[in-house]
Amino acid sequence: MEEQLKIDFEKKLKDFSYSDQEKKFKETNFKEFLKQGFPNRKLENWKFSDLNQIIKSNIGELTFYNDYKKENQIDKIELISELEHNKIIIVDGKIEKIDFKFEDKDKIEVLVEQGEETIKENINSLINLNNAFSNKFCKIIIKKNYSLKKPLVIYHSTNKNTQSKNTNSRIDFKLEENACLRLIDIFKENSEKNFLNIYYNFQLDKSSILKNYKIDKSINNNVKYSYNNVKQETNSISETFILSSGSKFFKNEINCDLLGQHSSAFVNGIFDLDEENHHEIKSNINHLVENTKSYQLVKSVLEKKSKAVYQGKIFVNSEAQKTDGYQLSNAILLSENSEFNAKPELEIYADDVKCSHGSSSGSLDENSIFYLMSRGLNYQEAKKLLINGFLLDVIEKITDEEIKNLIKNLLGVKE
Amino acid sequence: MRDKQIEDLKDYKYGFSTDIESFKAPKGLNEDVIKFISNIKKEPKWLLDWRLKAFERLKVLKEPDWQKPKYPKIDYQDLYYYSAPKSFKDKPKSLDELDPKLLETYQKLGIPLNEQKRLNGIAVDAVFDSVSVATTFKETLTKQGIIFCSISEAVQKHPELVKKYLGTVIPLTDHFFATLNSAVFTDGSFVYIPPGVRCPMELSTYFRINASDTGQFERTLIIADKGSYVSYLEGCTAPMRDENQLHAANVELIALDDAEIKYSTVQNWYPGDKDGKGGIYNFVTKRGLCKGKNSKISWTQVETGSAITWKYPSCILKGDNSIGEFYSIAITNNHQKADTGTKMIHLGKNTKSKIISKGISAGFSDMTYRGLVDISPKATNSNNFTQCDSLLMGNKCGAHTVPYIKNKNSDSNIAHEATTSKISEEQLHYCQQRGLNPEEAVGLIVNGFCKEVLQQLPMEFAVEAQKLVGISLEGSVG
Repeated sequence: MEEQLKIDFEKKLKDFSYSDQEKKFKETNFKEFLKQGFPNRKLENWKFSDLNQIIKSNIGELTFYNDYKKENQIDKIELISELEHNKIIIVDGKIEKIDFKFEDKDKIEVLVEQGEETIKENINSLINLNNAFSNKFCKIIIKKNYSLKKPLVIYHSTNKNTQSKNTNSRIDFKLEENACLRLIDIFKENSEKNFLNIYYNFQLDKSSILKNYKIDKSINNNVKYSYNNVKQETNSISETFILSSGSKFFKNEINCDLLGQHSSAFVNGIFDLDEENHHEIKSNINHLVENTKSYQLVKSVLEKKSKAVYQGKIFVNSEAQKTDGYQLSNAILLSENSEFNAKPELEIYADDVKCSHGSSSGSLDENSIFYLMSRGLNYQEAKKLLINGFLLDVIEKITDEEIKNLIKNLLGVKE
Repeated sequence: MRDKQIEDLKDYKYGFSTDIESFKAPKGLNEDVIKFISNIKKEPKWLLDWRLKAFERLKVLKEPDWQKPKYPKIDYQDLYYYSAPKSFKDKPKSLDELDPKLLETYQKLGIPLNEQKRLNGIAVDAVFDSVSVATTFKETLTKQGIIFCSISEAVQKHPELVKKYLGTVIPLTDHFFATLNSAVFTDGSFVYIPPGVRCPMELSTYFRINASDTGQFERTLIIADKGSYVSYLEGCTAPMRDENQLHAANVELIALDDAEIKYSTVQNWYPGDKDGKGGIYNFVTKRGLCKGKNSKISWTQVETGSAITWKYPSCILKGDNSIGEFYSIAITNNHQKADTGTKMIHLGKNTKSKIISKGISAGFSDMTYRGLVDISPKATNSNNFTQCDSLLMGNKCGAHTVPYIKNKNSDSNIAHEATTSKISEEQLHYCQQRGLNPEEAVGLIVNGFCKEVLQQLPMEFAVEAQKLVGISLEGSVG
């Protein structure tokens, strides 16, 4: 793999005329990735999902070079018809289209950057990989006091003949004071056996609101990793909802730094897995100042040989008094071969806090099924009704009505 | 009155060291030292080979470093692996031959070895540095066929039992500290309860590290044969010393069909002084195997001492319908650190486990609950309930919870809950209104917080533990 990496990286450098600074940035990141490689189970964060192994068994040999000079076809991508939206289309890691047609032009600024910053913090080797191979990345700034009229949908797609490839994409967002953004990620790939690596940075200024909904519903054989890095100032709110379902493997990592007082973070998720899918959500909520709040709720329904992992961490440092942190994960195992692993973690250094977590996993309650069947439902109906109710708990947490309905339709959940 | 009591107890009251000439193996860890230990204990060849095999394995193993409390590197060559009071070279036949100074030490500790003076009938095996010094109530126990003696004695008298069970729960190839213990273990207790016998009294071991620069590596092996029951207590103390001392014990429990073992620990090793200097590193491996059907193993621990406590008493629930329980109170104050919890490994059908853990941290201390619940695909209809609560006193300390939950069986249920909070102002106010001073109020609330676990302890220990809880938190309020 190392040979392939080096060849592909050389090609990548030749494609564009990078400035010395950019070159240095890419090279440092590349070296770091070469040193560490894909994460494996020896790393605490990857204990339950050995990515190295998963790539080997699902993809085999990966290649890393993508030819970004030729135009990708984007008209074949199926768009959401239920609601009007702004869109960004990413194909094979390259941003093909940015369209804010419903918004005031002077309120949104789109900058194209080449990665000039040097790495300040080493997050993990996949971020290094992303920095080394990603194309130009976008920085989107939402101006002060502006809230988008329509949600922004980012479509992640691949070309038909892209196979056994690693694609990398990165977008940075900055929400200025009082700004508001509703962001939906939708995954629609046209090819199989690729490794998609997505990296988002969010800077939430005072009183801004971010709502991020990630929808992975269409069934595919790709391996995906997504990292959200959220920095929150005073009074800001971030809401993240993850519907994890269609991909072969998907790990969503959310890192939230609550840097300003009265900021709050919400992370909710649903695992709806079938076949041999293996999905993970890893959250890191860092309470760094007083009076911050976080809430996490993750529910799983696991069929066949699927496996779900939830690692949620609440960190409270010694200055963060009056923190309110809550975390709950429930799982229903529907097949004897399904598996649920959880690691709800608390790391607390302040005494005047209220932190708790709960986790449960088990089968469907036989008594409830009996109750429903005695009222005339057949077994399948009873089961469906119970699962609906179970998942509805999380869906009801979505604060945006339009998107809530969209997700309800997608899951076929009715009230 | 209470003030005076507290004043007496405020400093580590077991902090004296006894001036007894001791007989040590040369410093360092090598084959010769292992042969020396084996030789001095007149061990059979199979055991020496077993030790050497462990030592071979040890060379390959690396010291683990994933734990939360970090400690300076231990120089394993700079330790004495065997230390015994000199008068012990020829083991005394009865209590009358014991070194009077030793008896005095145990009197100070409140462990009367003199049977006649005992009223409440607990059989005691006392371990001083590396050797077991005395075992009481032997006759009463022998009548019932119960074997309760030091493990060295068991090697001589009951080699078939030792050979059959030693290392079956904690194999030679386990982690670093367990393997180190297998190579150099010196003494410890051995208990065998024959089929159908309900042990009539509490069995108890008292450990004490006296000599400086010594590591204590004891090994305890408890076997409860079919349908038997035993309750075993363990207590520990050590003198105050500036340097850190290592305590790496292995405890193996084996419960056969319908047997029950209840293992209680009150750990009060020297925790180091207020600035965190000195103290014991308590790196212990404790593991119980519910081998037979309907067997039950229950761990209860009150951890108040040690500079660093790092242990996970575990249950392997192999037999169908077997039950594992873990009740723990861990208290850290000043600069103490603890990383403790349990592992419940469900292998058999209809197995049940329950974990109740209460952590209290004060001062500059750091406490971690780390636990594993693993339900394997074959463990149909298994159940686990976990509750871990932490109480924080002050904002210089930390409390962490790191549970690992693995469910691979759809017919099994796991429930886990954890909370972290401080003592509420209302509760304190209420108590103080009724005439308690702040410290008494905190004591009362903390005891209430720990009650669920304290109730699990045998009577005599519960009283001691309750006092310990109060003392450990002295000076952490206000």
